[in-house]
Amino acid sequence: MFANCADPKTLEGLNWLLCYLTTGKQLLFYQSFLTVLTLIAITAPIALAFGFGGALAARSHVAPLRWVGKGYTAMVRGVPDIVFFLFVPVALDQGLEWIRHKTLCPEWTAPVRQGADFVVCAAAKLPLSSSPQAVHEFYGFVLAIIAFSVVFGAFAANVLYGAMQAVPQPQLETAEAYGMSRRQVSRRILIPQMWVYALPGLSNLWMILIKATPLLFLLGVADIVYWARELGARKSQIYDFPHPDWRLWYFLVLLVFYLLMTKVSEVVLRRVTTRLTRGQATMAGEAMRKAGA
Amino acid sequence: MSCGQIILDYGLRAVGIGAQLLPRSEFTLCHQFTLIGSGLIWNVYFAVLALTFGFFAATGLALAKASRTRWLRKPAEWFIFAFRGSPLFIQFFLAYEALVMLPRAGIDIFGLTVATSWLTKAWAGALIVLFLNTAAYSAEIFYGALMAVPKGDIEAADAYGMTGWTRFRRVLWPTMLRLAWPSYTNEAIFLFHATTLVFFSGFPSFQQKGDALYYAKFFADKTFNPFVPYPITAFYFVLLTLALIALFGWVNRRLNRHLPGARPRLRIRPQIIR
Repeated sequence: MFANCADPKTLEGLNWLLCYLTTGKQLLFYQSFLTVLTLIAITAPIALAFGFGGALAARSHVAPLRWVGKGYTAMVRGVPDIVFFLFVPVALDQGLEWIRHKTLCPEWTAPVRQGADFVVCAAAKLPLSSSPQAVHEFYGFVLAIIAFSVVFGAFAANVLYGAMQAVPQPQLETAEAYGMSRRQVSRRILIPQMWVYALPGLSNLWMILIKATPLLFLLGVADIVYWARELGARKSQIYDFPHPDWRLWYFLVLLVFYLLMTKVSEVVLRRVTTRLTRGQATMAGEAMRKAGA
Repeated sequence: MSCGQIILDYGLRAVGIGAQLLPRSEFTLCHQFTLIGSGLIWNVYFAVLALTFGFFAATGLALAKASRTRWLRKPAEWFIFAFRGSPLFIQFFLAYEALVMLPRAGIDIFGLTVATSWLTKAWAGALIVLFLNTAAYSAEIFYGALMAVPKGDIEAADAYGMTGWTRFRRVLWPTMLRLAWPSYTNEAIFLFHATTLVFFSGFPSFQQKGDALYYAKFFADKTFNPFVPYPITAFYFVLLTLALIALFGWVNRRLNRHLPGARPRLRIRPQIIR
């Protein structure tokens, strides 16, 4: 990056370190932090939407819809989430390829599963084997996002379902007495009120989401864990910047990163809680009213 | 090969008893059920030991965090923050890299050579990480429960002239456990599920002895069909989670047996809050 970094073998001390920390690979490592933050930023709203849908479905009066909702929320109970992280991307990938295979290559009669192989025609491959490396990486990342959203959507559905149950029943009955339809009751009374009850669960979920991001590594995405292992490994003299095994230090950096994320989230979430409890008919809201009066 | 023979060969494969090689061409349902089931031995081993040791460590940590002495409180707070604030996955990696750095030949302490190589093995290293992790999480739960012990209980203990250890053992501790138990059940379920991470993190599996998910991934990679091994794993975990809930529910009833009226039933909402 800098001109004097052209010949690393001559460098020493601080200069060496400065040059080392600005090599191309190191910059990729810094970028991978953005990958993680992007994943969180995209996953959180999608998971919330999934959870919202799941919770509404679980409350539905239509039986099949309710079963779907309940099944979805029950899915993550009892089974380790990492099982889903390993299962969903592969299952999704194969499902999509199977559909494409059926539509794009109807002339194929051979079964898709042949012993220990999953064979689809070349046109049905996802992404196409001719597409550039970046497309493959992007596809992997999208699959990871979907896996995270599905799992965390189920968590969120659990939380939101509980929050909807926690909204005082008399309020809903009052609304009905005023002649509101079910849809109106949901939109005007239930949904605006449930957030304060959902907040503790959702903040927990946020923390769990942050702490689940290293699992991206298992899904084959080049995330911070991948780069920490890659860059930290011992580099012999044939490399420009030889160094002993530094993985411990790289992982310490990751640890600090996550601790900081946790600390910042804690502070922000506390503020949000204060903002949302204002004027609510809960113990915290009442305490705030008294303190203000 | 009959299913009985498969069970003989692979039933204890995860601990190194039975056939040496994993199946290479045959991946029948019986193979998958047996091998994944044998992997569960490790999950149960990690969960049981980590929870047992972690329970006592957590009690100590919770007391330290509630202590008035700065020198006890601050380290406990930092410990709990560090382990609750970072991902278990990173903790595994970090612990492994740190343990690998120990001298291979062992450490000399006053002429005695203490072997260190066993610490890098999953059975010990991962167990230590899981133990510290659950100790931190449970300590936070216990601390919250300790703060919620009714004032009247403590005043009653004082009135009886109970102090120190007696007061803790007969009044504070039982009440704390009673209040903490539903959350602690959640934590136990979480930890049990977290044991699946061991062989996917820094700790390598030795001679392909792995846990349930390790074998499930093995089958999924070999057959390229995720729709069989993962549901089997899920099935086993649901069964064991139900067993865990039953066990903790029994303890919960015992802890609450002196309370008048309806005994509070343990309401489990697993996987939501940790």
